[in-house]
Order: sequence, then structure tokens, then C-alpha cells
Amino acid sequence: MAGPRVLVIGGGLAGLAATMRLAELGVDVDLVSLVPVKRSHSVCAQGGINSVNTQTRQEGDNESKHLDDTVYGGDFLQHQPPVKEMADWGPRIVDLMDRLGVPFNRTPEGFRDQRRFGGTLYKRTAFSGATTGQQLLYALDEQVRRWEVAGKVKKWEFWDFLQPVLDADGRCRGAICQDLVTMEFRAFPADAVIVASGGCGLVFGRSTMSMVCTGSAVSRCYAAGAFYGNGEFIQVHPTAIPGADKLRLMSESARGEGGRVWVPKTPQDSRDPRDIPEGERIYFLEERYPKYGNLVPRDIATREIFNICTNEGLSVEKDRLCVYLDLTHIPKETLDRKLGGILEIYEKFQGVDPRFVPMKIFPAVHYSMGGLWVDYERSATGGLVEGSTRNQQTNVPALYAIGECDYQYHGANRLGANSLLSCIFSGLFVAPSVVASFDKAARTDATSPLFAEAVKVQERRHAELLSRPAGGENPYDLHDELGKVMTRACTVVRRNDQLAEAYESVCDLERRWQTCSLSDTGSWTNQNVVFAKALGDMFPLAKLILKGALQRDECRGAHYKPEFSMPGVEADDPVERRRLAEEWCDRFEENTKKWLKTTVARHGDDGHPVLTYEDVDTSLITPRPRLYGLVGGEVIEEVWRERQNAKLAAAGA
Amino acid sequence: MIRAVDGHSDGSGAAAVGTSAKATPESLRVRVLRQDSPGRESYWECHVIPYEPNMNVISILQKIAARSTTEDGRKVAPVAWDCNCLEEVCGSCTMLVNGRTRMACTALVDRLVEEQPEEIVLEPMSKFPVVRDLMVDRRRVFHSLGRVKAWVPIDGSYDQGPGPRISPEEQEDAYPLSTCISCGCCMEACPQFTKVEVQRMEGESVEAFEARRTAAFDKNFLGAHAISQAMLFNSHPTGKMIADERLEALTDRGGIQMCGNAQNCVAVCPKSIPLTRSIARAGRAATLWAIRRFFDR
Repeated sequence: MAGPRVLVIGGGLAGLAATMRLAELGVDVDLVSLVPVKRSHSVCAQGGINSVNTQTRQEGDNESKHLDDTVYGGDFLQHQPPVKEMADWGPRIVDLMDRLGVPFNRTPEGFRDQRRFGGTLYKRTAFSGATTGQQLLYALDEQVRRWEVAGKVKKWEFWDFLQPVLDADGRCRGAICQDLVTMEFRAFPADAVIVASGGCGLVFGRSTMSMVCTGSAVSRCYAAGAFYGNGEFIQVHPTAIPGADKLRLMSESARGEGGRVWVPKTPQDSRDPRDIPEGERIYFLEERYPKYGNLVPRDIATREIFNICTNEGLSVEKDRLCVYLDLTHIPKETLDRKLGGILEIYEKFQGVDPRFVPMKIFPAVHYSMGGLWVDYERSATGGLVEGSTRNQQTNVPALYAIGECDYQYHGANRLGANSLLSCIFSGLFVAPSVVASFDKAARTDATSPLFAEAVKVQERRHAELLSRPAGGENPYDLHDELGKVMTRACTVVRRNDQLAEAYESVCDLERRWQTCSLSDTGSWTNQNVVFAKALGDMFPLAKLILKGALQRDECRGAHYKPEFSMPGVEADDPVERRRLAEEWCDRFEENTKKWLKTTVARHGDDGHPVLTYEDVDTSLITPRPRLYGLVGGEVIEEVWRERQNAKLAAAGA
Repeated sequence: MIRAVDGHSDGSGAAAVGTSAKATPESLRVRVLRQDSPGRESYWECHVIPYEPNMNVISILQKIAARSTTEDGRKVAPVAWDCNCLEEVCGSCTMLVNGRTRMACTALVDRLVEEQPEEIVLEPMSKFPVVRDLMVDRRRVFHSLGRVKAWVPIDGSYDQGPGPRISPEEQEDAYPLSTCISCGCCMEACPQFTKVEVQRMEGESVEAFEARRTAAFDKNFLGAHAISQAMLFNSHPTGKMIADERLEALTDRGGIQMCGNAQNCVAVCPKSIPLTRSIARAGRAATLWAIRRFFDR
């Protein structure tokens, strides 16, 4: 019998990091990906990667502050030990990527340069132009190629993961995948399977995500019994370039380098933006959030941009909602050096040079904070026990999840430049855990009935789709409708009536999908059937996202329901202010007790998600009100502090 | 969300005059060179797509997939093609658009119509075996990165502190090379880069077939892409520790000596990578290395 063998699904940052580390640990890896791994969606990440660094440390920064920023930015919804471990690993990870040859921007003395990103006051973000994700991915791709040439890694590019294969005890024994060129099915026996398949932006139709981000791999694990955590938390990025085929990201680094967001005071002012004097512009983020300015966390920036366009009617254009993102006050040379890549994207797709003309941008679906539920083992010091089999393991034994497709690191809202960190971290960190999980039993043979049965199930599903009569529903049109329903009801602003209605619409679309027919019934490189399958697997995710949002009657991070928002304290009279602040804090504590919980979705037998709620480990940092720019934030904070001090005193006595 | 309006009318008033005066077409005629599978005959097929402002070739292909009906009303299978990021960083969607090798995502319809109003012509790359329609097999592109050992040979991924200090000038020199998306445009345009198509023979095992294909790749031209990556790593302080191994690959069969200096590569590179500079550097380094090796014998 050969040595241990692990199957990795997805070759983005997380999948490649795990593959590299596993190969180093002597494990053979099968790496399955829908696209050549160098073309994975990680290449689209632009801004940078966060870690405490020598310079910020001397300004008072440390790993605990990175942890604090991450959980405060995420509205305390994430378990804290994994986040602590990630923040602790940050400096080592950036050092490692540096050693791998990532061309990070440099200071004149030759050190890595850093910039500031949203939700923090420190310059923690290392970057490589404005294509940091691409550069990090390439560095890992190169290392994995080295292992491939050495015979330790076998890549299966243009292959689709169809299902995990579970034995009678519910342990994952491998998977069934399909070759997208020959359409051949194949069983992949493995000692463990790691899913690293990224986000599910296509559930929302158009987003900033790549075309492979259908969420299908995750949905197939969910259908097989894996739990899904915090599905309703979807990040809508404040700044994207609207487009017919996709909404292209305009990185937060544009604001990190000094970009300013504004609208003209006069609605739909028809003048050239450069001719509108300063006094006739509203820099609404700077005005409302003096401390963080244009770098408030993403959920807040998104809501403000959405609000100024929809409620205040100040969109730059009438027929297309957008605001200005202005870089024209920054010297062209600086822009070229630090933001070249993203400015080129704008120029190429919009035909306008953003170095000289303010960009027009609007929010777009960008990141799935939620994902497969995974476990961890807490260490005595509040971090994780390295090599514990529980780390990153789903509720299905030997089935692991890492990267954007796990739910663990970003809570209710992800901070910019934390995703590249969480992907690489979870990829490196999972490897020893997976190795420790190998059981003594021999790997199930590919020819065993367990795999043969599973292959048959997939062959039947495939044949059934191909044999449907012509003239039924068009899968591309159904996808378009799904995207519209989800974008309307479940992005920036959420209302229960709309969510309930959207849930019905999605169920209806799912029924219609049962009768969709294919325009290609061939058995060679049939992209039509692959898309139809992926679309079918979007509905369960759409339903758990909607149901999670419907049931969560509060505002937290990216999940915003005006009906349950907590307005600030507007009174001027000190006594009244104090009373209102007390009330505000009472309500906050009550809400925390009720809703500071992970949503855990299980695929019900009737096809509907079953939701349960799990307590969040907040043992390292006590949850506190998120007061970015809230009116009366000072008095609320004062009352809150007094209460915390009283609690501490009581505990001490 | 909301679709963008015509890019030309964006912001800058001066640019708007030129295009708004011109009548926009109501529909687009798109001619696609199709092929059902490797070894089959290719054939042309025409599609008519309603025009919308701000389209690119990707949105045309999306519409063709959704409609699956030709100009003369025949129901056909959707055109197969490769794409992923749609913002020109993944390198997937290379094809010939109006005869020119380029990325389909940045091929904006308004520009194409300006150049050639009658029709838009889409063909697969010609230097790689067609899988189906516009989809080609570019595994050779990635294989060539292995040939030149395009990586930094680290001891392992355990913490060893930061990487070497690098001046801003060195970073600015390396970064453009590192933005290469392995799209294959430079190979498509290169007269010296020829197609290698190896078919599996009757009764041949997968392993034997793959070995035969790899051998065929190994004796044919690397192409500008791999040469440039070799130079990227030969300029990195740790990467250069195996510079000789890369130079050996560059001077082996199918190496830099194949380059005929046509300079097409640099002209078609969507990322404006200074490929000819890399090739010139590689040529010099290879010569010096060959001389050194001669005297070391």
C-alpha cells in the first residue's frame, strides 16, 4: 500500500498552501480544480495582506490588536481562538510569502512597504502593486509545480468535484469527480478530503467573483450532510465597476492610498466632475466618520454609498446608481507605482483614465463570510492546538474545509486584506491536522462498491439531465432570475417581507430547474450540462442564505435590517442623553444574548435548511458596541465602559 | 445591479462627441469557427446578437450560450470557450478576435465595431490543440514553467524570517514580469512556436501517452513566456541560486536559440510585459554560461 493520499478540491490560495504543506509532510496530493490552478479566483484579490509588522509594532500595534480589529470589524460573530491563531501567524506568513519571491512593494531602504486598510488605524497591509492576490497565488502555484515535477502532487485541472463519498460510519473516504473535457467520472479514494473551493458569488448572479465561484462544491458537501455556518453573511464591497457580464472590483487600496468618495451637492450635476468646486461636493464618508474617513469597514461604506444614492437621491447618474471615487489629487507616478493594476482595469473596461477623471463606482457582492462549518481545538492560551484533528474539520470526519469556503474567520463582516491571510493561514494550518486524522484502516479501494455506487449515482444524474426533452426552461435564464431575486432581497438592505417572498421565488425557480432542458446533449466538453448542475446546486445555498437572513432579526455587520437597527443618541440634554445611552446599552446586551450566535444550517430531508444556533467563543475579547460614526457614540461608550468596570469590580470582589 | 452606460460618454466630455454621433448597430453578426472535438473538421457558424452598450466578447458568448440558435434559426449546442475572472488577470479567455490573439474579456464590442463594422470573427488559438470550439489545450504553457524551474527553491515553508532585502528598483524591474498571466498570446503570435498535438493511440496506456506528450513538449520551443519567467527567477536573490539549471534548460533543445527575434510576442502581450528585454537578457546570460561551461570542462 502506498503512503497517505489527500484530495484537495480547489487550487486557490488556500488549496495551494495546503497542498504545498502536505507535500512537505510526505503526503501525496491529488489537486482537483475547475480551471488550471494558476487561473483561480484568488488572482482577483488586489489590495494586500494584513499582518502586524516591525513598523506598526513600534507604533503600539501587536497581534492582540489585529485580533481586536478583526473581531470588532466582524461584529464579534467569529469564534475568537482561530482568529487569534491567525493574527499570531500573520507576520510569519508574510515573511514566508516574501521568501517565495512575491514582489512586495519596497521602501527606499529595501524593506516591505505597508499601507493602511479599512477597519484599522495601523499600516498593516503588505502589498504587491494592486495585484497582491495574483502575486501570492503565483508564488504558491510555483511551489506546488515544484512538487508536481517531483511527483508528489498530481493536478486534475478542468475537473468538477461532484460529491464526497462517505462510508457507513459517515466518514469521508474520498470523492467522485468528473473530467470537464471527456466527461468521464472517476473515483478518488483519499485518506482525507480538503475543500478549498472559494465563495458562492454566482448565487447572486453578477458579482465581483469569477465564473467558477458557483458554490457548487460546498453545496455538494452540504447535501452530503456537512453543516453550513453563517450563510446569511455576504459581503457587499463598497466599490465595484458595474458591467454587463460582471461587476469588477475596485480595490479598497484605492482608498487606502488616499482615494476620496464623494457626490455633487446638486443631484445629478451634469458638469464634468473636475469642474465641480470643493465646496459643492459632499465627501460623505469623511464627514460622517471623521476617525476612519474613507476607510470605514466595508459594510458601513457600502450602506452609506447605497443610502446616498437610493434614499438621498444623490447618485451621480440618474439611470445608473454610482458615486465618485476620486484619485485625481494624487500624483500620477504614485498611482502607477501603487495602484497600476487596478487603474488599468478601470481604464480598459470603462475607456476613461482614473488618474485624471474620478471613477464611478457602486457596491457589488464580493465575499462569503459564511461557509462550511468547521471545528477547532482551543489551546490553554486562547489560540489553537496545532495539529489537532479537529482544526478546520467539518462535522463529517475526514472532510476538511479551508479558505473562503469555511465560515470561521470573518464573522459578520470581513476586513480588507484579511482574506488573503485567512486563506493562506488555514491552508498551512490544516495540513498537520489532516495528517493526524489519518485512521489506521486501509484506504478504501477505488473499485470498492462504495465508490462504484457513488459513480453510478452521478452517472444517473448526468444522464437524466442530458435526456430531458427539449423546449424546457433555459438554465441561463433561470440563473439570471435567481441573481435578480437574491440581489434585490438579500444584499445591502434586508426586509423580512422581501426575504420571505424571495425564499418562495427561489423554491419556485428550483422547481422550474427540474424541468430545464439542455441545448447541448453531447458527451464531449459539455459546458451546458456542467452549468446546469452547478445552477441546481445554487438553490440549496440560496435557501440557507435567505432563511438565515430571514430568521436573524437584528443588525450585525453585513446583515442589515432597518427594522431592527439601533439608532444613536440624538438628545442634547445631558440627563436625557445619559438615560438614552443606558437604554441603548440595555438593548445591546439583550440583543447580544439573543443573537450573538453562529447560524448553523443542515440540509433537511425535505430540501429546506434546518437552522440551529450555536454560542460564539468570545473568551478573549468581550463583545462591545460597534460604534463607528454612530451619533452619540461617546456617551454610549462612556456608559458601556462604566458597566464593564462595574462587572470587573464585581467579579474581583 | 445597474448596467454601465457607454464607456466613451463617461465623465470626459471631449471623448463623448466622437461616438455619440455615430449610429450604434441594432444587432451584431458574430462568426465563430467551431470544431466539435479534436481531430474533427472545423466549420464556420454565424450568430446574430442584439447590440447593447458596453458589451465585450464574453457577454456575446454568454448570449450565444443562452440562445443557442444560429443566424438561420438552427438550434445548436452552445459555443464552448474558456473564461474565469473576466478582468484580465486569470489568463483563461485567450482567442483570436478579428484575427488577433487577445483576451476576450477586454475585447470591447464598441471598439471592435469601430474597427470592423460588418462582423466580429472569433477563432480558437492556432498553436494549441483545439479541445472544442474556442477552447484549446494549453497545458504546454504550464509545462514549460516546469522546464525552466520557474520557482524560488526554498528549503521549506517553515518560518525562517523574512526574505532578502530588495531595492525598489529591483522590485520595479521584477514586478512586470511577475504579472504574466500565462495566457499564451506570446506563443500564438510567435513564428517559431509551432503546434504540438499528440493523440492517444489505440491501446496506449494513459501513462505512456502522457510520457510521449511530455517528450514532444520538451523538444519544442519554450516560448517567450517561459524565457521571461526564467529571467524573473534568475534575478531574484534566492531564485538565482539555481540560475545555472535554468540556463541549462534555456540552452537545451527548444530553448532560446529557437527565438527568431520577430518581436511579435511583446506586441501582443496583454500585460505589456517587456518580453524582448527578457529574451535579450536570457540570450546574453546563456552565451556567458556556455562560455563559462566550456572553460570549466
